[in-house]
Amino acid sequence: MHVLLDNFALFRHGFVGTLLLTSVSAALSLALGVLVAACRVSPVPALRILATVWVTLLRNTPVTLLFLVAVFAAPRILFPGTSHFALAVGALGCYTSAFVGEALRRGVDSVPLGQAEAARSLGMTFPQTLRLVVLPQAGRTALAPIGSLMVALTKNSAIAGSFDVTDLFAEQRRLSATGHDVLEVFVWIALAYLLITFVISELFQLLEHRLAVAR
Amino acid sequence: MSAGALFDAPGPRTRRRRRIYALASTAAILALAALVALRLCGNGQFAAAVWDLVRDRGLRQRVGDGALAILRAFALAAAGSLALGALLAVGRLSEHRPVRWAATAVVEFFRSLPPLVLVFALYAGALPPSWAVVLGLTLYHGCVQAEVLRAGISAVPRGQAEAGYAVGLRKSRVMATVLVPQALRAVLPTAVSQLAVTLKDTSLGFVIAYGELLHAGRLAASNTVTPGGPPYLAVLVVIAAGYVAVCLALSALARWIERRGARGRG
Repeated sequence: MHVLLDNFALFRHGFVGTLLLTSVSAALSLALGVLVAACRVSPVPALRILATVWVTLLRNTPVTLLFLVAVFAAPRILFPGTSHFALAVGALGCYTSAFVGEALRRGVDSVPLGQAEAARSLGMTFPQTLRLVVLPQAGRTALAPIGSLMVALTKNSAIAGSFDVTDLFAEQRRLSATGHDVLEVFVWIALAYLLITFVISELFQLLEHRLAVAR
Repeated sequence: MSAGALFDAPGPRTRRRRRIYALASTAAILALAALVALRLCGNGQFAAAVWDLVRDRGLRQRVGDGALAILRAFALAAAGSLALGALLAVGRLSEHRPVRWAATAVVEFFRSLPPLVLVFALYAGALPPSWAVVLGLTLYHGCVQAEVLRAGISAVPRGQAEAGYAVGLRKSRVMATVLVPQALRAVLPTAVSQLAVTLKDTSLGFVIAYGELLHAGRLAASNTVTPGGPPYLAVLVVIAAGYVAVCLALSALARWIERRGARGRG
């Protein structure tokens, strides 16, 4: 208990850092994921290939490696002087977007054929079909997998802590290095992560209930 | 729904428009690639000296050692996590309430925290880095595998277990000879995909200076001086290619197992 109370400011700092990192990367991954899924089912072959390459490459690369690319290679090539927080968001967002895109595409697969046919017979264009008819239904089916992806994103965000981003893992490292009881620090940090992941999965379960499709 | 149902078969005008889209998107992608290449060139990352590194004996030695370290950690963690997973899965299905609760608590706790936090705590608790990685990954992925296996065992039709009891088998025999063999078949693809995640997670050793692939590569790169600064990119590209290849092989294995299983059942 001592460790938590004596260093409450540090813990709060790390907690807020993890929350911020997770929510910004989640937003990025969802936006990119929708784009990737749309590209994968689009009528333009170049976009389909691009999205497939994106998904295959990112799904099979360790996040730590992506962080290294983001921190050591990206600033030298394209964006000199970007903050480590932004780079971490980029790495996490891109990594998770591949999984989100895949989950959404599975969702698209589960939408009955007649839906798209009906949309087309009304004269809707491909973007209209996707935006108004198919993706809203696919998104609902994909809610459960996306929920577990967001939990995984929270867990992956810990890696940012070892690249000069303030988050719970960075605080664990700092407190362990300054001679606090390693086990106690671990338990408090673990409970903090437990709290975040629990809230996320409850949130998605609520959403699932709210948006369930009666099919 | 197949992707083809999302749009009509194109007429001549649409075909022309799509050709324009295709050209535009290809051009945009190529332009981006060219921009990256240009910047790389400007930084001297394409200089022969940078890529000469790949042929350097010392570097190859270190990267080879790093790859071996990863494979060793992966083999131990994979075996450990499967064993722990089986134990915990059976524990969660136990008829004794304390055992069930204990197994549930362990699984739910370790499953919902980042493996990195676990690995680091073990390392800070004075374990050598190699053991911290192996133990941390075993604990985390063991709990994930436990859930995978439990789902499989619960999915075996009830009649199977009942038939086992009817012919006079004991609980442990029913589990070992009736339920687990059938569950294993069903969950093998998922378990193998989870093993691919375990392999990817060995890279967490980087954070605690375990002499694995990424660490070796970074060290080698920062010890080399080229006109464009340390050749991080060259080393990262080579390592990434290795990881992607091995992970793709594992997921191909998972798909193959899934197909075989489907064939047997069909």
